[in-house]
Amino acid sequence: MSQPGLWEALRGIIWRDLLLAARRRSDAAISVLFLIIVASLFPLGVGPEPAVLRTIAAGVLWVAALLACLLSLGRVFTADYLDGVLEQMLLIAQPLPVLVAGKVFAHWVVSGLPVVLLSPLLGLQFGLEGEPLGMLVLSLLLGTPTLSMIGSIGAALVLGVRGSGLLVALLVLPLYVPVLIFGAGAVTSSMAGIGGEANLSLLGACLVLSLFFAPWATASALRIALE
Amino acid sequence: MNWSKYSAPLAFYPLAGKMIPWFSIVAALAIAVGLYIGLLVAPTDFQQGEAYRIIFVHVPAAWMSMFLYVVMAVWAAVGLGLNARLSFMMTQAIAPTGAMFTFLALLTGAMWGKPTWGAWWVWDARLTSELILLFQYAGVMLLRTSIDDQRRADRASGVCALVGVVNIPIIYFSVQWWNTLHQGASVSMTAAPKMATIMLTGMLLMTFGFWMYSLAVILSRVRCVILERESLQVWSKPAAAAEVAEVR
Repeated sequence: MSQPGLWEALRGIIWRDLLLAARRRSDAAISVLFLIIVASLFPLGVGPEPAVLRTIAAGVLWVAALLACLLSLGRVFTADYLDGVLEQMLLIAQPLPVLVAGKVFAHWVVSGLPVVLLSPLLGLQFGLEGEPLGMLVLSLLLGTPTLSMIGSIGAALVLGVRGSGLLVALLVLPLYVPVLIFGAGAVTSSMAGIGGEANLSLLGACLVLSLFFAPWATASALRIALE
Repeated sequence: MNWSKYSAPLAFYPLAGKMIPWFSIVAALAIAVGLYIGLLVAPTDFQQGEAYRIIFVHVPAAWMSMFLYVVMAVWAAVGLGLNARLSFMMTQAIAPTGAMFTFLALLTGAMWGKPTWGAWWVWDARLTSELILLFQYAGVMLLRTSIDDQRRADRASGVCALVGVVNIPIIYFSVQWWNTLHQGASVSMTAAPKMATIMLTGMLLMTFGFWMYSLAVILSRVRCVILERESLQVWSKPAAAAEVAEVR
């Protein structure tokens, strides 16, 4: 049997992860439900004043998206680590960072994309309309892949470590802060009427940087975990 | 002279032991003179009154917190690249001191902020990014302690430290990139300092003292780490016994 080419391997990994997610739909549903519940708790806690809700909408929805992403990080590598698939992946004669990028992309499709698709609905709940609402969706579309990318580094570092769920939060959340600031900033400045384009550009820069560096860092973390 | 022989813990252990007293003495002298200048000689600030004197601790501590993180990351990179055990021991020894200086910078900043800004804490870009630096130190240290396998603990926390380096330029340039409450840099490499020479002298002396203090403390800690990790090696037994006898 011949070795698969680079694109073939990448496609295979993405397809496999998506197929696995499709067979276990409850996993993806849990993080979406988590997002909805967290976002719905705030109006109950803060009070239903539309003006207040509109002011905190961007921050609350972004933090909720951040936590939903954090919650799903354990699924990126753990199952493959436990049943030995990850070890086989390290042996494939294709660059590991590319394969990692494939896995992270599949993770984003399963846990990040639903957040983006759901965000207009949640934004409406918080009284966002028109341009700010569009800005919320755009900023999440640019920002959530970055969250998955950065998160994969943390997920790989804590693989098989005791108390990994809480540890990954401590490792990853500080690195999420710029994305949170720029993402929420895009919506807030669009509401203030000065346009969110500058923040969107910064989010795009974060995405490009993380696309370049994160798979590489994740790959070396995986090698450390499995050596 | 062949310096590379000191990359072996066995050779570095006595060298570190010899250096510690010197760094300690220099640190004590520099901090004593720096505090004397800062608290007694330097004139009272025209706008801020006496409260400004906290900068003689605050600014050096903030500089050291960032500097030590970079040094820690460099040792982590050396360890990952050259696979040297001593580099990871240095990484482990630097983290607590760096975290201490980060905390000191935040604490003194809060003490200065209350009389000057009227608030212990504001959500300003520089304060927030310095707080994040504290979390990063905590993350690196906790990741190390949660992994039982020594080699994996070293390498994983090394990667973690390296990834966190992105925050250092963010802290450093935060006062330029964002228009925030925290004032801009008064001292820079390229322009004349915007403060009286005597104040600058005090601050630089304090920084030098903190630097020497860090070296002394880090070297003492790395000696403990070496003894702890090499406890199965034959050479470390007499050294450990001598150390215990010295303490008693």
